[in-house]
Amino acid sequence: MSTAVIKLWGWRNTLGVYLREAGFQFLSVLRMPGFALPTLLFPTMFYVFFGLIFGKSGDNQMATYMLATYGTFGIMAPALFGFGVGVAMEREHGILALKRVSPMPPMAYLFAKTAIAMLFALVIVLLLFVLGALFGGVRLPRSEWLVLAITLIIGTLPFCALGLAVGLRVGGQASAAIINLIYLPMSFLSGLWVPLKFFPHWLQEVAAVLPAYNLAQIALDIIHQGGTGRFLTHLIYLLTFTAICLWIAQRGWRRIQDR
Amino acid sequence: MPQHNNSPAIIAALKGVSQRYGSVTAVDNLSLDIRRGEVLALLGPNGAGKTTCVNLLLGLAWPTSGRTELFGQSPREVSVRRRIGTMLQSAQLGGHARLHEVIALYSGYYPNPLPSTEVLRIAGLEGLENRPVVKLSGGQKQRLLFALAICGNPELLFLDEPSVGLDVESRRGFWASIRRLREQGRSIVLTTHYLEEADALADRIVVINRGRIVATGTPTEIKNTVAQRHIRCVTQLTAAQVQALTSVSSVKQNGQRLEIAATQPESVLRELFSLDPTLHDLEVSSAKLEEAFLTLTENKPEEKAT
Repeated sequence: MSTAVIKLWGWRNTLGVYLREAGFQFLSVLRMPGFALPTLLFPTMFYVFFGLIFGKSGDNQMATYMLATYGTFGIMAPALFGFGVGVAMEREHGILALKRVSPMPPMAYLFAKTAIAMLFALVIVLLLFVLGALFGGVRLPRSEWLVLAITLIIGTLPFCALGLAVGLRVGGQASAAIINLIYLPMSFLSGLWVPLKFFPHWLQEVAAVLPAYNLAQIALDIIHQGGTGRFLTHLIYLLTFTAICLWIAQRGWRRIQDR
Repeated sequence: MPQHNNSPAIIAALKGVSQRYGSVTAVDNLSLDIRRGEVLALLGPNGAGKTTCVNLLLGLAWPTSGRTELFGQSPREVSVRRRIGTMLQSAQLGGHARLHEVIALYSGYYPNPLPSTEVLRIAGLEGLENRPVVKLSGGQKQRLLFALAICGNPELLFLDEPSVGLDVESRRGFWASIRRLREQGRSIVLTTHYLEEADALADRIVVINRGRIVATGTPTEIKNTVAQRHIRCVTQLTAAQVQALTSVSSVKQNGQRLEIAATQPESVLRELFSLDPTLHDLEVSSAKLEEAFLTLTENKPEEKAT
């Protein structure tokens, strides 16, 4: 086949390959109840219990505050599990090798997983918003709903990077346990379940190095729920954290390639 | 039979390639050419280095030393990957995607894929289009891997232990598919530890053991090197005398009888009769090919000059 035809094909189909990959992975994930159900149910369930039922003290303060923290808790899971467990399993089952010897652009694979994490984040955020507005009396300006949603959806990226770094290094069987060991303690220590002010002081210090804490502070700031107000610090931290994870992931990828 | 091309073009090569994992040498300074239009079988016992050779050719592993070429380029070039198809031994398909969706996904990676109906027909998967991959039997998953290898309409096909897990009948069907693909002008590299399979499919066999090539040739040549006959008889000749005869590879005294292994039993028998007219209780049997092949791979490394 002539190079001109390949170029034409490449130009017309690269986008197609990306979209087909994302569509295929999305369908596979949807058909796997073990992924979709807990990632959608846990944050909404926790929000209903702690934000709406226990938090009902006459005002909507708890329901509003926890929109940011359970929002952060919610969007972490599809990113961490989709990448961490997904990549580790596909690597262990030789699917990654099968894709590596195919002409699939590696970025299409990452794009698909990122798009799925963001799509799930969108659904989780919308579920929480609807619950908060209907049953928690949460009232926010339209712009704040929008900025909070966008922040949380883009906020999946550091956790996608973290998941990828883990998924390229650990075995398929161990990956779920390791991701849970990262996900749950980090959520607790970042004050996503219980506000940090109830923590001993030294434990509050620990939170500062956790990406979930930094994202939650930005989210709390957006809806004026007592964030630190240091938006730039948190942003720089999250960008640095993402870069470090991608660097570790890239080294893991190299190691797999040069095996 | 080999193609009638005067100068068969070399489309893939390992050039003095070694692959070491720590202290283990999986492939040891190995050179190998793959010619356009041929079916090349890499034959050897488990752990011989066949899969490592395939992984090196595919760029899935990077050689410790030496060079790999596919179509004159690095195997990691996308333009190269568009021209090859691969069936990996290590791949375990699963998940809830339907069979036709998986084939459509992989076909979409290639500029000029085969129509899906043809892929399904060649792989023998017709009627299973809507079955979720997770519900396929082992043999069906194996055939789906084969389908993914051919869906891109490849010039060069790599099949790593393709018939493992297939029953006898599916294996015959599978062999027929491979022959048809070869007739279409595709080149095929397959690994197997069955001499029978290599014999049935290959134009050329490369026998590999402990990371080295121990024999190369047409199936007939390989069989002649490895196919031994066993001669049992009672004779007055000593084991040492018999050992000296042409083509005798081993002699064992078993009670009154001598057990002789030889590649050319006819000439051995003629000599035996002329040397010892009293020879009696004669029995000639052919060693099973598998057995003979084991002899070859077990003996060769010891006589190598390191």
